[in-house]
Amino acid sequence: MKTDDLLDLLASDRAAVPRNAAARGLALALSVGAMLAAGLMVLFYGVRSDLTQAVQLPMFWVKLLVPIAVCTAGFVQCHRLARPGVGVGLTWLAMALPLGGLWILAAAVWQAAPASERSGLVWGNSWVTCSVSIAALSLPAFVAGLLALRQLAPTRRAGAGAAVGAMAGGLAAGVYALHCTELAAPFLAVWYVAGMAVPVAFGALLGQRYIRW
Amino acid sequence: MLLGLEGDPDAYKALLKRLSGYLRAFLMRRLQGWPDDVEDLVQECLLAVHNKRHTYQPDQPLTAWVYAIARYKMIDLLRSKSAREALHEPLDDEAEFLADSTAQTGEAMRDLNILLQTLPDRHRLPIQHVKLEGYSVAEAARQTGMSESAIKVGVHRGLKALAQRIRSTRT
Repeated sequence: MKTDDLLDLLASDRAAVPRNAAARGLALALSVGAMLAAGLMVLFYGVRSDLTQAVQLPMFWVKLLVPIAVCTAGFVQCHRLARPGVGVGLTWLAMALPLGGLWILAAAVWQAAPASERSGLVWGNSWVTCSVSIAALSLPAFVAGLLALRQLAPTRRAGAGAAVGAMAGGLAAGVYALHCTELAAPFLAVWYVAGMAVPVAFGALLGQRYIRW
Repeated sequence: MLLGLEGDPDAYKALLKRLSGYLRAFLMRRLQGWPDDVEDLVQECLLAVHNKRHTYQPDQPLTAWVYAIARYKMIDLLRSKSAREALHEPLDDEAEFLADSTAQTGEAMRDLNILLQTLPDRHRLPIQHVKLEGYSVAEAARQTGMSESAIKVGVHRGLKALAQRIRSTRT
């Protein structure tokens, strides 16, 4: 086929183009993922029983807001990377700052604690399940996000996949925070971040491999 | 340029035509080792521009968007060639004189018509009737016994499927 024929052919396709397709597809994936993650959390884990008292603790909010910030930054990065010719720009800061802040806080708490209590601050009571649960809860948003990404046009596939992972991981950690009773900053800095890192790593891997267009 | 994306078919076609010139120049300059691949890649980029046009947002320079697609498709091609060959990618930006020859379409090595034959009827017939035989959507609907909206959807989905076929012939 001559290129001119192809031009005619393409011009004959009058299907309407959705506006803001990237934002809409990803937002849909995020909300589906959020609902499923919340459902799974309530079903298998249960909201912590002392939630009404917990909301008065500042660490509860740290535990909730850091993942939400990661999720938001992942969403924005993904939205950018899904479109050709747009880079992440300064949005990496939106991911680095909350995580860096959490680590600084964790280091300060660790320093201030007497040596005998330090291991308890890191290992908590639930380190075995924490990261695994976060990774598991991220699955719906992760899959939905990758499917949405396939409809778009990421030119940096690994980066876009990782951003989807951050979005899903942040979401899952935020949801899981409503169940988990750990409040020590060092625990969060290690296990929450590890849990969020799992979908990021898988996203980079799967993005590179399966989001070809 | 934006007119084309708003759904004005003539403006859209003119836009694609101009883009194909830019794409040809862009790819020729970078693929001097494989002149045969240029026209195939131009077609592939045009198809990608069309199928991914929903990812373009008006606040972005159109050229940045199009060149990012072209670069992506080119890297994809180079990667699928052997790694050894890819090392010889000539990056000679001096060869501006080539830009003159870009207005005419070259011969594509890969015939999209053949790929078109591999599509299922519900995609292939609408494309053949509406485009290649020049019928209107209404006429094509009567000819094939499909509804008008089925014809439109068929053309649309068929173009996506075509892009898929191109990808699978390569790897």
